[in-house]
This record gives sequence, C-alpha cells and structure tokens, in this order.
Amino acid sequence: MSDLTHTSAKRGLRLPKINGSAVVMGLYLLFLLLPIYWLLIMSLKTNSEILNTFTLWPEDLTFDNYLTILTDSSWYMGYVNSMIYVVMNMVISLAVALPAAYAFSRYSFLGDKHLFFWLLTNRMAPPAVFALPFFQLYSSIGLFDTHIAVALAHALFNVPLAVWILEGFMRGVPKEIDETAYIDGYSFPRFFVQIFTPLVASGIGVTAFFLFMFSWVELLLSRTLTSVDAKPIAATMTRTVGADGIDWGVLAAAGVLTILPGALVIYFVRNYIAKGFALGRV
Amino acid sequence: MSLILEGVSKSVNGQPHIHATDLELLGGTMNVLLGPTSSGKTSLMRLMAGLDAPNTGKVIWDGKDVTGMRVQDRGVAMVYQQFINYPSMTVYENIASPMRLLRKSKDQIDSAVKKAAELMKLAPELLARKPLELSGGQQQRCALARALVKEAGLVLLDEPLANLDYKLREELRAEIPKIFEEAGSIFVYATTEPEEALLLGGNTATMWEGRITQFGKTPIVYRQPVNATTARVFSDPPMNFLKVRMTGGRLHFGDGQSVPASDAFTGLTEGNYLAGFRPNHLEMAKKGPSALEFATKLQVTEITGSETFIHLDHQGDSWVGLIHGVKILEIGAMMDVFLDPKHVYIFAEDGTSVAPASYATAA
Repeated sequence: MSDLTHTSAKRGLRLPKINGSAVVMGLYLLFLLLPIYWLLIMSLKTNSEILNTFTLWPEDLTFDNYLTILTDSSWYMGYVNSMIYVVMNMVISLAVALPAAYAFSRYSFLGDKHLFFWLLTNRMAPPAVFALPFFQLYSSIGLFDTHIAVALAHALFNVPLAVWILEGFMRGVPKEIDETAYIDGYSFPRFFVQIFTPLVASGIGVTAFFLFMFSWVELLLSRTLTSVDAKPIAATMTRTVGADGIDWGVLAAAGVLTILPGALVIYFVRNYIAKGFALGRV
Repeated sequence: MSLILEGVSKSVNGQPHIHATDLELLGGTMNVLLGPTSSGKTSLMRLMAGLDAPNTGKVIWDGKDVTGMRVQDRGVAMVYQQFINYPSMTVYENIASPMRLLRKSKDQIDSAVKKAAELMKLAPELLARKPLELSGGQQQRCALARALVKEAGLVLLDEPLANLDYKLREELRAEIPKIFEEAGSIFVYATTEPEEALLLGGNTATMWEGRITQFGKTPIVYRQPVNATTARVFSDPPMNFLKVRMTGGRLHFGDGQSVPASDAFTGLTEGNYLAGFRPNHLEMAKKGPSALEFATKLQVTEITGSETFIHLDHQGDSWVGLIHGVKILEIGAMMDVFLDPKHVYIFAEDGTSVAPASYATAA
C-alpha cells in the first residue's frame, strides 16, 4: 500500500504520458495531407464560400462542381484524352522496353554498357528541352494535336526508365531457366510469353506504375503538343479563367479527380513498389 | 545411338575453356565427367547440348553433324545444379511441358507424367503445387522428372545432387543409374566427387583445366590412371606424391630406403620418377617386411567419426593419410608412417604413368 502511494506521488509530478512516435506521425500526416484536404473541401464548397469566408469544412456542401465536370464535355474529355495517351504510352513503352531490357540482361554486345548508360542520360534532360523540336516536327508531319504525338513524346522519357527497371528484375531470373526452356523445345517467342513474362510480372507492374505516373503528371509536353482534340486534363485546368474570373470550386474538383487515378494505381501496386526498391532500381 | 565430339574446343574472350577434345559416347551408357570446379565439365556439357557452339571441331549425333543446330532441335534433356523449374507452372505442367511441345496426346502426357513422378517419388498431391512450394529435393526431382519424360537420346545432368542434403543425395544417387538404365539413352553426369563417379559406375572422363585427361570404364580409370593429373583428380583426398630415383636396379625412396625393381617396377629405366599413392594406403603400423617407412610431421587431424584424416608434412611435400578408427594424435609431433611398395604408382617426371601399382593390375 505504501509502495503504491509512493509511486503515484512521484508520478503526479510528471506530465501525462505522450506517445512520441504518434505525435511525429500525426504531424507528418498533417503536413502531408493538409494541401489535399484543402483541395477536397474546396471542391465541395461554393465559389462565394471559398472566396469570402475562412471555413475548415464546407458549410454549404455542394456537388455542383463535380457535376459541371462530369457533364461538360470540354471538361471530361480532358480526362479521356489524358487516359488515352497515358495508356498508349504505357503500351508502347512496355512493348519496346521488354525486349530491350531482356537483351541488356542476357547478352553482352558491342557497347552494351555505354548504350545502357546513354539510355539513362535521356532521363536527365528536362522535357522543356524537347518541347520545341517535338512541336516543330509533329506540326510538319501532321501529328500535332493527336494522342499518339503525346504518347510518343513521353516514350522518349519512359522507355529508358522502363528498360532500367525491367533490366533489374530480369537479371534476377537465372539464365538457366531460359536454357532449360530452349532445351525443352520452347521457341524464343513462346518462352518469352509463356515462361519469362510471368516471372517478371511484378517488375512489369512496377514499371507500368512509373510510366503511368510520369505520363499522367507531365504537363509541358502534353500541353505544347495538343490544342483541342487531344487536350489533356492538366492543360484544361490551366485554362479555366472565364468572364467572371476563375471558377475555384470546379478547378478544385478537377484537381481531386486528377489525383484519384494516381491514388488508385498506387494502392494496387504498393507491394510491388517495395520490391522494386529492394532490387536497387527505381 | 552415339555422340561423338571431334576436336571440339571452346574459348571465351580468348581464354580457352575447353581444349580440342575427342570423345565418343555410346547409347545406354552412363558417362561421368569428373573434375574439380571450373575444370570444364559444364562447358563441355553445354557444347554437347548445343547451348554453346564450339570454336572448332564437330559434334556428331548418330552419324549426323549437329554442330550448328538449334538447341530446340537437338532432342536433349538437361538438369542443372540449381533447381531450375518454371515457377509460374504447377509441378504437373512443369513435367508435362516438354511433351506438350512435342505435341503428344493428352493421355500419353498424363500417363508419362504420372509414371515419371512415381519414379522420382513425387507424391500425386505435389503435382498440383508450384515448384517453389516444394522442398529443394522435391524441386530437383521435378527437374529430373522433366528430363526423364522427354525420352531424349542425350540426358545431361550437371551436378544434379550437389545442392541436396546428404541423405537425399545418397538415395537419388542409387536410383538415378537404375532409372536411366531403363531409358537406354546416353547419360552424362558431371560431378566433383570421385566417390560419386565410383558409385555411378559406367564410364568416367576425368577433366582438368579444360582437358579430358582420361576416358574409360570407371574402375579402370580409377585403378590405372594414365597420368598423375587423373590420379590426383580421381582420388579424394588427392593422391600423395614423392620424388623417387631409379639407379643400379633399385628404386630409391629417399632416406636410404630402396626396393628392388621387381613386379610393377620391372623395366624402369634409370632416372627420376614421381611415386604416387592413395591416402588410404598410408599405414600407421608396419604391416609387412617390405613396407617403406617415412618420418613425417603431423600438421592437422580431421576425425569423421569412423575414420581419421591425417595431414602430414614429409620433407616439404604435404601428404594426407586416411586411417581407420578414431585416433587422437598430437599436432606437430613427428610420426612414422608406412607404405607397401605394391600400392605405389610410378609416373614419369612429366606426369605420364610408367607403371601402375601392382595391386591395381593384379585385380
């Protein structure tokens, strides 16, 4: 009994127990999520509430902003256009990078190491450098304002990245599997599709994620190379100044809808991403 | 059925991996490639399989030159030291895959897969699993079953048991020759262990630094090595060597010891030779009047349970002796060891065999 009073007396002087790691985590999440939260509540407010009052949550909850985007074709076509060229780009990049990465991982050929490094240096140049030549080239061959134009322009950056990531995964597959397959009688294409591709499936997943991310958020090239027919959502968002000023609420709603696909993709490939890092690539 | 290598050689980046090699393997035989790591066993197998093309020479299968032919058209089967299966397919599909590519009927495939699985002691419930869900031994048996089911004329086994645990290795080692004997193909089995070669029987080719040093019936190669290299490779621990000299009709072993040039030593011309003897022939007690006696210094002892390996220093040469029973000996002490002259192989100074030990030719 006396022991108990002794300890409680001692404890009485202390501050209430604080879980340090929870505080750090809380602050971390606060800083990380605050801008996204702000975007989200803005998208649910009316323009007058956004401009005239300071509220931490929507007092006058409205879904009109979303309704505008989902019914107005000049808005939702932005998403459709973005989706089209992003998917095109992913397909092209993977189709090119898979065989290239296989070659880099399996064969030694003249200048293979230099070529591999040179591929990477492509990533080092800012996209702005290529905006002018692409614009002039595509205009002169009639590719301007098409989805394939943006997809091809993005491939310049995405193919090296895809080769780099995939090569790491492919190198982890023992060469003996290839040889066993040939000995068993598999032709190369059949081996590649039936045996090899399933083995690097997680690598393809990680690669697809990074291709998506780059192509989805890239603004400069996609805006330069399109005008109307293939205008991406990011470009649409930068051109929302109407007669009565900027429509803040719609813009915020568009922002939320732009984040969504990325968040979904991340959710699905989150386990593979860790693996990608573990392989020393990405 | 036959596989003939004619002057086949292979070098990579100017480094010779296989020197010009001639070899003839016949159908229904078990052929062991015996040699230490990087002696060229795997390189030679890859040339036989067609995975690599030789720089010079020809590979002839059943009288037909197949040197540049694609692996897919060769009709060979191969099992690697690493457990290589197709991870995305079930065990059943793994075993069936070579037959599917040969466009066999479904019933044929099913019965062949079941038979091979049974031979390799893969329980039926394992067939539905993925290879990576199996233990190492089961994975390798899956790979062996896949090689078996193809009924290839040439089956290459590259140290298939090296990564297995001891018990399983013994079990499979006893079964493999039996299983493959029925198939009637040419088997090539690479190993680093002399003991494994002796247990497998058949023919043995000893390899050293990219060359086949001797090829023949396994017991003959073991008992009558044609050169010191073969004797060294085909002996575990390696053969011990000692410089000897033939003068005045007697073979001098140093320390004033000599034996008359009779029995196996008859007809040796005067000069320097290399005497070789296996570790198990070294004795700690004088067993006969003619036994040679050597004063050595004990370096290390290794006790395996029923035997003792003694590492000795004899005037700068390091010797190993294999003694029955557990012996507790003092390290660093001087020790007299004995050797019966009839266990001594005589090699010329360049390593070629001059006189095999008399015990080996008598049997």
